[in-house]
Amino acid sequence: MSEVKQMVKELANQYGRSNESLLPILQGIVTKELHISEEAMIEVARELDMSAAQVYGTATFYSFLDTRPTGKYVIRVCKTITCMMHGKNQIIRELENLLKIRLGETTHDGVFTLLETNCLGQCHKGPAMLINELPFTELTPEKVRKIIIEYRNREISAN
Amino acid sequence: MTKVKSLDDLRKMRDDLQSKVNLREKSDHPEKMVQIKVSMATCGIASGAKETMNFLIEELDAQAIDTVVTQTGCMGYCYAEPTIEVTLPGEKPVVFGHVDLKKAAEIVEKYIKNGELVDGIIPVNYETVDEKNNE
Amino acid sequence: MAKYNSHILVCGGTGCRASQGEEIVENLTRAIEENGIENEVQVVRTGCFGFCEKGPVVKIIPDNTFYVHVSPDDASEIIAEHLVKGRKVNRLLFVDPETQQAVSESKDMGFYKKQLRIALRNCGFINPENIEEYIARDGYAALGKALTSMTPEEVIKEIMDSGLRGRGGGGFPTGLKWDLTRKVESDVKYVVCNADEGDPGAFMDRSILEGDPHSVLEAMAINGYCTGASNGLIYIRAEYPLAIQRLKIAIDQARESGLLGKDIFGTGFDFDVEMRYGAGAFVCGEETSLIHSMEGLRGEPTVKPPFPSEKGYKGKPTNVNNVETYANIPVILLKGSEWFSRIGSEKSKGTKVFALAGKVNNVGLIEVPMGTTLREVIFDIGGGIKDGKKFKAVQTGGPSGGCLTEKHLDIPIDYDNLLQCGSMMGSGGMIVMDEDDCMVSMAKFYLDFTVEESCGKCAPCRIGNKRLYEMLDKITKGNGTEEDLARLRNLSNVIKDTSLCGLGQTSPNPVLSTMENFPEEYLAHVKDGKCPAGQCRSLMEYVIDEDKCVGCTLCSRVCPVDAISGDKKMPHVIDVSVCIKCGACMEKCKFGAISVQ
Repeated sequence: MSEVKQMVKELANQYGRSNESLLPILQGIVTKELHISEEAMIEVARELDMSAAQVYGTATFYSFLDTRPTGKYVIRVCKTITCMMHGKNQIIRELENLLKIRLGETTHDGVFTLLETNCLGQCHKGPAMLINELPFTELTPEKVRKIIIEYRNREISAN
Repeated sequence: MTKVKSLDDLRKMRDDLQSKVNLREKSDHPEKMVQIKVSMATCGIASGAKETMNFLIEELDAQAIDTVVTQTGCMGYCYAEPTIEVTLPGEKPVVFGHVDLKKAAEIVEKYIKNGELVDGIIPVNYETVDEKNNE
Repeated sequence: MAKYNSHILVCGGTGCRASQGEEIVENLTRAIEENGIENEVQVVRTGCFGFCEKGPVVKIIPDNTFYVHVSPDDASEIIAEHLVKGRKVNRLLFVDPETQQAVSESKDMGFYKKQLRIALRNCGFINPENIEEYIARDGYAALGKALTSMTPEEVIKEIMDSGLRGRGGGGFPTGLKWDLTRKVESDVKYVVCNADEGDPGAFMDRSILEGDPHSVLEAMAINGYCTGASNGLIYIRAEYPLAIQRLKIAIDQARESGLLGKDIFGTGFDFDVEMRYGAGAFVCGEETSLIHSMEGLRGEPTVKPPFPSEKGYKGKPTNVNNVETYANIPVILLKGSEWFSRIGSEKSKGTKVFALAGKVNNVGLIEVPMGTTLREVIFDIGGGIKDGKKFKAVQTGGPSGGCLTEKHLDIPIDYDNLLQCGSMMGSGGMIVMDEDDCMVSMAKFYLDFTVEESCGKCAPCRIGNKRLYEMLDKITKGNGTEEDLARLRNLSNVIKDTSLCGLGQTSPNPVLSTMENFPEEYLAHVKDGKCPAGQCRSLMEYVIDEDKCVGCTLCSRVCPVDAISGDKKMPHVIDVSVCIKCGACMEKCKFGAISVQ
């Protein structure tokens, strides 16, 4: 059995095979594989006995279910009005410079993806961003530099 | 965790817990039982409340000051995070804002050990339902 | 252990500091030394008291005397009279405007009664990861009371009589909603907590879930008892990892204590709670979208009726309520509906939690009785506008709301008043704006948000909002015309009337509201090609002040399009036709010679 098939089977065993299980299973796939590939979607459709179109429809609706491959660390910078007032454009420029990519792209080594997202609920401490699940607030270009260096060091020591 | 099987169980549990809290406050040993609450909602944690809390626990332990340091939710003073509330035995609670490690050390040395207030107190500007009840 | 008998608290908030707070501290300290009482009296600086119009503010403890409008020259008198002789300085006391009496104790000041925490009663007081602390503060007692001594109808009547209305934004009477669900016959029913708080600027629900998760669980169980459901579902957004963690712990602890699960309090009532996670879709805050999302479908709303209370999750009666609404329920049952209905205004009872954000000094969460005015919220509790700038507008209700201006500052806040002013309560986010914020830009922001979050099901929202955004974008770039303004208004009204769900029906509100309140700004953008607030980059010109420029050439070197010319040590000039207005030159200039006009 291919890896993907095995993973989907395990998730279906955990969450069930009814319609309501679709979203938790897709979320489980994102946690393991960082994105939902077409192959995974077809497998889920097969396992849950529903049309692939429905799986595709649900998967593409939610912004936290990435259907394109992402890096290991997904950086989501809040672009809402309060964070804008506190200078999020500067932060995005800093990140683009540090990572040498534009918004929406992933670094060559597959480590970082840079995205914008809507309100994270940290409005009094803007600008804010999420790296995977961790929130970082009151960002300045200096702080952002330190954070990225820390993550890079972590990657180096992991290898 | 004790299982609550009836409403009477719950009432008894509540009374037990409340008397424990009272005892703590009216303790005969003033050098014991300083209470510190650290605001640990996402806003606090993102501003370093975890480091502050760990520092306080270690420092007070090293200085052998009997303290209970607990985490709590958002106190509402989000602009001054990290915030902590310190209650010395027999005193009213005092809230301090912008408590980084340096300020935390200052609070331990000056307020907790000497009762000397430190700059950066946040004035409480609200009352809760329970307090209103007790008026 | 405490060395000092008295403490003098001097407000160190930005407003008071600007008006000589530091000098007051210095003078007080000197006067204390001159009187030889430095071992008995200590001077401390505090954060903002919030009473900024009456600043500088000084408070003496332990007798809680509150002095207002203190000047540095008063310092020696305060020390000599109050601290040494024990006589209050009457002329500095706060005079209550209603009674015209001097108030000496801060507790009796109306200002301190402005905030009343009901939904936030435990936040900041208990450890949310310890159920015992919740129980010590009467936790789960309301559930016990309901299960053992009240019928479901009696509980619903209490909630109806209290006047509690949905705090998620709709303002629908909660008791009525519960009653409607109760009356539907079904073998299975569901109770849902909507924790998908997505409004920009709102973080109230997050704080309640992180600080007092048990209050929500208790209220859901009470809801189940009333409506006849034994299944609870919490739909929480993925962007709140800490709230998710605390809820999980709370659910486990409640189950271990027998307060969730089978045969609660030995009454035979079963109720348990399951968590479901959102995945980054604002529209799932709408109740039908939320239900569909839980069913594994795209989060698209469906027409109401049928309402979820008749036919919801999996076709069964479902009762969806907001986190803050739930947080109020246990207190209402314990203290009674009469107590609750005495707080607030005639049609909006109780308190509301607001998240103050934007250009105000004391950003954070506040909870005030309905009927409090905006002025009190922004200037008294919020500490006024940052950096001493001028108040321009406050946006309430997120992307569904509108803006309120200076002329609305004294309106008592409640559901109906805000609707009348062209805005709405929404979930409670309040974004304060000052003179440097452009209202057209603000409307564009909200449209950008709505366009992205629109589910796409109905044409008015999917296509209409996109066109609105494009028009606003044109206007902020200086290419708009007066016809565009008329088109904006017409299209907005069409979208409002024809959209399928609340998102589309309210998305044009920011546009209509800003056009109504700031027509001059829109006109300035289209007619004169200028942005009065100075925010729309495309309409600004970057100019070098000849007198300040020393010719260091830093700016011309950093300009990405070579728009700056000039010789060394000679004033430089920006070629406006080439300039792309990136602002890099202004950032680099150390002499403040570059400005935006």
